Amino acid sequence: MNMQQRIRGKLETGLEPVFLEVLNESGQHNVPPGSESHFKVTVASARFIGKRLIDRHRLVNELLSEELAGPVHALSLHTLTPDEWFERAGEVPDSPPCLGGGKG
Amino acid sequence: MDVLDRIRQQVENNPVVLYMKGTPQFPMCGFSSRAAEALKRCDVDFAYVNVLADPEIFENLPRFANWPTFPQLYIGGKLVGGCDITLELFEKGELKPMLEEAIKAKQEKESD
Repeated sequence: MNMQQRIRGKLETGLEPVFLEVLNESGQHNVPPGSESHFKVTVASARFIGKRLIDRHRLVNELLSEELAGPVHALSLHTLTPDEWFERAGEVPDSPPCLGGGKG
Repeated sequence: MDVLDRIRQQVENNPVVLYMKGTPQFPMCGFSSRAAEALKRCDVDFAYVNVLADPEIFENLPRFANWPTFPQLYIGGKLVGGCDITLELFEKGELKPMLEEAIKAKQEKESD
């Protein structure tokens, strides 16, 4: 199972989302081809209702704590309630390009 | 001084602190760049720490507020979030008032 599938599986179990998209954006960063380091997650879930953004992100970070402690270096997160998702009609911002800083 | 005390001091002494890769002038990461840009556009003074230039902070900041990634924005001593949250607050027009409020609170505290 690749990282994208692992992330997807954990978020599906943990958040029961009405919408979930996991994109591997490693290709637009300063990493070797085939890397699984940069991901963008857009997720709409009823679990986010009544939660501030930071608490929504904390929830996702906790579900993915093993992955973030390992190969996943950057996670772009767009967390929405089902109503917010509907209002936005599926539009989320693009992730930024890498500027070469690497993992440090 | 212990590194966690050092971080605590930074976020308590400055009403707005951005921990980022690189500097606002020369950001070294797209996420840090975007967060710094949002702060710049709010037209307020903010402190920043280049985590690439301070390996001890780079290693330990994630456990300070239990947040795994960079950048990290602190307003009024509290973690607000990373790049995505900073941008979302900026786009909603909520970031500037939050920054101004924290700066004002800090000034009032100091003039007491």
